[in-house]
Amino acid sequence: MFIPVTLQLLDGFWESLKVFLLTLAFSLPLGLIVCFGSMSKFSPLKALIKCFVWVIRGTPLMLQLIIIFYGPGLLFDLPAMPRFTATIVAFAINYACYFSEIYRGGIESIAKGQYEAGQVLGLTKGQIFFKIVLPQVIKRIMAPMSNEVITLVKDTSLARIISVYEIIWAGESFIKKGLLWPLFYTGAFYLLFNGGLTLLFGYIEKKLNYYRG
Amino acid sequence: MALLEVKNIKKSFGKTEVLKGVSFTLEKGQVLAIIGSSGSGKTTLLRSLNFLETPDEGEILVGGKQLFSAGVKYTDDQVRENRLHFGLVFQNFNLFPHYNVLENITLAPNLLNIASPEENKVTAMHLLEQVGLADRANAYPYQLSGGQQQRVAIARAWAMHPEVLCFDEPTSALDPELTGEVLRVIKGLKGEDRTMIVVTHEMDFAKSVADVIIYMADGVIEEMGTPEEVFDHPKSEKTRAFLQGFHESY
Ligand SMILES: Nc1ncnc2c1ncn2[C@@H]1O[C@H](COP(=O)(O)OP(=O)(O)OP(=O)(O)O)[C@@H](O)[C@H]1O
Ligand SMILES: [Mg+2]
Repeated sequence: MFIPVTLQLLDGFWESLKVFLLTLAFSLPLGLIVCFGSMSKFSPLKALIKCFVWVIRGTPLMLQLIIIFYGPGLLFDLPAMPRFTATIVAFAINYACYFSEIYRGGIESIAKGQYEAGQVLGLTKGQIFFKIVLPQVIKRIMAPMSNEVITLVKDTSLARIISVYEIIWAGESFIKKGLLWPLFYTGAFYLLFNGGLTLLFGYIEKKLNYYRG
Repeated sequence: MALLEVKNIKKSFGKTEVLKGVSFTLEKGQVLAIIGSSGSGKTTLLRSLNFLETPDEGEILVGGKQLFSAGVKYTDDQVRENRLHFGLVFQNFNLFPHYNVLENITLAPNLLNIASPEENKVTAMHLLEQVGLADRANAYPYQLSGGQQQRVAIARAWAMHPEVLCFDEPTSALDPELTGEVLRVIKGLKGEDRTMIVVTHEMDFAKSVADVIIYMADGVIEEMGTPEEVFDHPKSEKTRAFLQGFHESY
């Protein structure tokens, strides 16, 4: 029984993994855009983005999933997005908001003198940001980012609220056949995967330790 | 014709008027030392020359070309180009901690395509030799003493070949035993048509290296002249009091 269960769970884990990877792929850059918005000198935009981030961070991801999947149909009579797409949209927006706050903390921690040193050398704003500020920000935000990414791994299980198949669903489906242990077994997948991520982040942090500051 | 012309620069922060009309000219190859008590506006003046602050009034000309005139709107690109005429060495170095010494110096020349990366590297190594740090090219800023960091910062500023290089109290953040090495490097840069403005509290240094001294007080140039004129025969009572106070406290 062990092998078929494992195979079935792997199948479910692959779905979880897709949610995880696609969410990261979209939310990491989107978070930077949200972050710029929340730091904008144009105060209406800044207020709007800050309010948006507040709403997204202040409400459960599960609720956001439901609203994004059912909302367009209920409110505007629009056809619903495919379940998987809705999941990625909700996750990407949610995580972008969390990442944006981490980015903002990192960016604001960089001393003004770093910008000014770039400015007096005649560098452009983009050059200053990407060559001077961002590399230092990345090092500083590694710890909170790794926390957030590990939370994301576990959050993927929320996708089932709008009936997206993932590993916990796969594990639960065995209960009907009288098997309880596959559900607990799913925990091993999370643990292993997060263990790998922890090692990866540890490795990156070590790599970035070639300088201080 | 003067290389640098500064005309009637005024700058306020809120209600505080920090620069109340500063005018002076500087010839090519001259070294100007600016002295003055804390809060007199020395840093604000240097920052204005480097377009880190925008004066409320006045003009800045380099080589007869008007770079700044108050009231005119300049685009980011124009400001950036204007900055290339000037360099600034900060009190607290502001090296880029994630780049090694060589990369700190070559970053801007490479990004702005001053020359090929190979040539920029050769130039940078040459500058490092001049500041006595060729053997530390691969070190990171945190591995250097304050004096060494400041010497790298000087090389970094010089690598962009600014027409006027400004120093804002380059030794104020250093332990006393490290000031000498930095002052020697600045002294060594004198000549070869290098025009410099040094804000400093090191009176002996100012006396020995500067062609012109400006004493600033309360946002105006209280006195300007050769080192002999300002230090030995100050015309203004304020200057005399300031120099007197200095002798007593140092
Ligand atoms: N960004 C700013 N906002 C408000 N006030 C400022 C700002 N920058 C400088 N000031 C004020 O302007 C005055 C002159 O400052 P500045 O730094 O130019 O003096 P300084 O001559 O360089 O003094 P020090 O010898 O202490 O470096 C000070 O009173 C300072 O508080
Ligand atoms: Mg100052």
